[in-house]
Amino acid sequence: MSKFPKLIGGAALLASTAVLTTEALANGKLGLGREALPEEIAAWDVDIRPDGQGLPVGSGSVADGEMLFSDNCAACHGEFAEGVDNWPELAGGEGTLADEDPVKTVGSYWPYLSTAWDYVHRSMPYGSAQTLTDDEVYAIVAYILYSNFLVEDDFVLSNENFLDVEMPNADGFIIDDRAEAEYAQWRTEPCMSDCKDSVEITMRASVLNVTPEDEASADTGEAEVVQVAAAAEPAVDPALVEAGEKVFGKCKACHQVGEGAKNRSGPILNGILGADIASVDGFRYSKTLAEMDGVWTEEALAGFLADPRGYAKGTKMSFAGLKKEDDIAAVTAYLSTFE
Amino acid sequence: TPDPLITEIQPWAQVFGDGVDATPYGLPIEYESDVIRRNVEWLTADTTSSINFTPIHALDGTITPQGCAFERHHSGAIELRKQDYRLMVNGLVDTPLVFTYDDLERFPRENHVYFCECAANTGMEWAGAQLNGAQFTHGMIHNMEYTGVSLRTILNEAGLGAAGDLADKWVYVEGADASSNGRSIPMEKALDDVLVAFKANGEALRKEHGYPVRLVVPGWEGNLWVKWLRRIEVMDGPVESREETSKYTDTLEDGTSRKWTWVMDAKSVITSPSPQAPITHGHGSLVITGLAWSGHGAITRVDVSKDGGVTWETARLAKPGEKMALTRFYLDTEWNGEEMLLQARAMDETGYVQPTKDQLREVRGENSIYHNNCIQTWHVMPNGEAENVEVS
Repeated sequence: MSKFPKLIGGAALLASTAVLTTEALANGKLGLGREALPEEIAAWDVDIRPDGQGLPVGSGSVADGEMLFSDNCAACHGEFAEGVDNWPELAGGEGTLADEDPVKTVGSYWPYLSTAWDYVHRSMPYGSAQTLTDDEVYAIVAYILYSNFLVEDDFVLSNENFLDVEMPNADGFIIDDRAEAEYAQWRTEPCMSDCKDSVEITMRASVLNVTPEDEASADTGEAEVVQVAAAAEPAVDPALVEAGEKVFGKCKACHQVGEGAKNRSGPILNGILGADIASVDGFRYSKTLAEMDGVWTEEALAGFLADPRGYAKGTKMSFAGLKKEDDIAAVTAYLSTFE
Repeated sequence: TPDPLITEIQPWAQVFGDGVDATPYGLPIEYESDVIRRNVEWLTADTTSSINFTPIHALDGTITPQGCAFERHHSGAIELRKQDYRLMVNGLVDTPLVFTYDDLERFPRENHVYFCECAANTGMEWAGAQLNGAQFTHGMIHNMEYTGVSLRTILNEAGLGAAGDLADKWVYVEGADASSNGRSIPMEKALDDVLVAFKANGEALRKEHGYPVRLVVPGWEGNLWVKWLRRIEVMDGPVESREETSKYTDTLEDGTSRKWTWVMDAKSVITSPSPQAPITHGHGSLVITGLAWSGHGAITRVDVSKDGGVTWETARLAKPGEKMALTRFYLDTEWNGEEMLLQARAMDETGYVQPTKDQLREVRGENSIYHNNCIQTWHVMPNGEAENVEVS
């Protein structure tokens, strides 16, 4: 605080700043930061509370939700919200919470519907967050409720009836009671000798054999493959490939490349340049792409990547598109290194 | 016979090594290339919403180097420049504020060492011994020295007058990445020891740990340590976000679930010998070592058993335990090829004694997923190799 008198003496300081600083200092404040503008708060403060606070005006039907879910969510969560591979199942599991393997879904486990709306709105679709309109979120949440048999097929969810929906496991939670249930009995002087009569091994990790082998060598292998492929294509600018690898980060949630790549929510992209459209074995394409003729030339790929849903209306790819031409060129160069 | 490494002149004793600047920012020497984070592929659907594990079996001391400290992302590790960084404080405050990164560096700074443990650490072991290595069973933990500003200072800058009685108020914290990973924290904790951190172990946070700014919530589960922290909202209740309802709640045997289980209870693990760190040096003196920690405060004592919990001896703490930080323990002993069932048992300053797996299961069943702080057993065989086992 010793520099305060100097600040007042500084001729360049505006009077208003000096007043603000005086007030701030009186409260033990430093006068740092600036006031957040209402539109800035509105842009970021989107959380929805259990009592519905924060919900925007809007609505969406189960029927609309089914279409939207199929386009945006089903690749990971399944057409009926039943989950694909290791991705979360969103429906079913009622009455299983006390079972050996509880199935925790929005219907069987989530205590508040606000959580589902907030999460879909804020963090989904995975890899393309915050691209849904409010009405689309209402519709998708309505469909998730429907797939859990919590509403009928003609249901329309809105900010008005939001709190009428009853969540089956709303009363299934207790606040942390470890202090009473555990700490009291475990805060005792521990035994140091003759603590038990005998000791036997009852289970061994090696029986399951699920521990990963050392991946260090596997990683090296992959790196070599990339280098070899890059070397075989001298026409491709290595810097561009590197930039493209970064851009590809946006695609990685759904698409794999390289040795051992598998179809995930999107098809593998090895050798995509010059390949027939919708030709990866074992991948279930949207009708639109499946019926599209031609090959993925650089131009075709650029068109698709710039505006996936504009280029192929009905594509299951929920990605919003790459805005910058540089990014498209880079990711195309990167993809060209995978044969 | 004389050792040729001594009697013969070795190349490194004759010619030059690397000059300075050969590696302007250094990495470990190639001979340590196995000391890396590893993931368990089958645990998650992909690697962008996933976790990997600190190689604790190969580390010593207590500070975790950033380069091998475990990562947990819900939508991948993003790249956010300091120039593009903004932190908003809004809600029940006198003046909602926006800070730049530079603003944060103008607040008074604090330095603290804290452990960060994922609530799911050891979570794969609830139903039985499963993963063969301390890295996989206990590696969702790291321990760093953080530099940052106390959250109290930042909240005070915005002013908490508007919040009225603070006893029932909360702060909601969220990140700038696509998952945004919001969590609600009671005001009492927010004003106690929570840090808005921008340095770890003396240097900028790594991308995978939230560069340029993350939240540090001492002693509480790692999911609350929001990375790429972008917003702090003072509220009159919790948001009950996905990360505090659907996840990070602990289901008990009868199907009810505990929520708001924030504190990480006292825990310890022997890091060596262990399945990835077998005894390779033959008989004679042996250093048994491991880590202990507690979200309730400082570790006061660690006991080690070689016979699966029949008898225990008290280990030596490398330094007196520090609050909510890793403590290194050693048992300097002798081994002559006998089988051992190694266990460690931590005690903290509240008198809490780390429970056995059976004690935990008795209260919680096997479906809690989170907060498994059981005593771990390694079966060391006559050849020095070790395996993750469970004992009666």
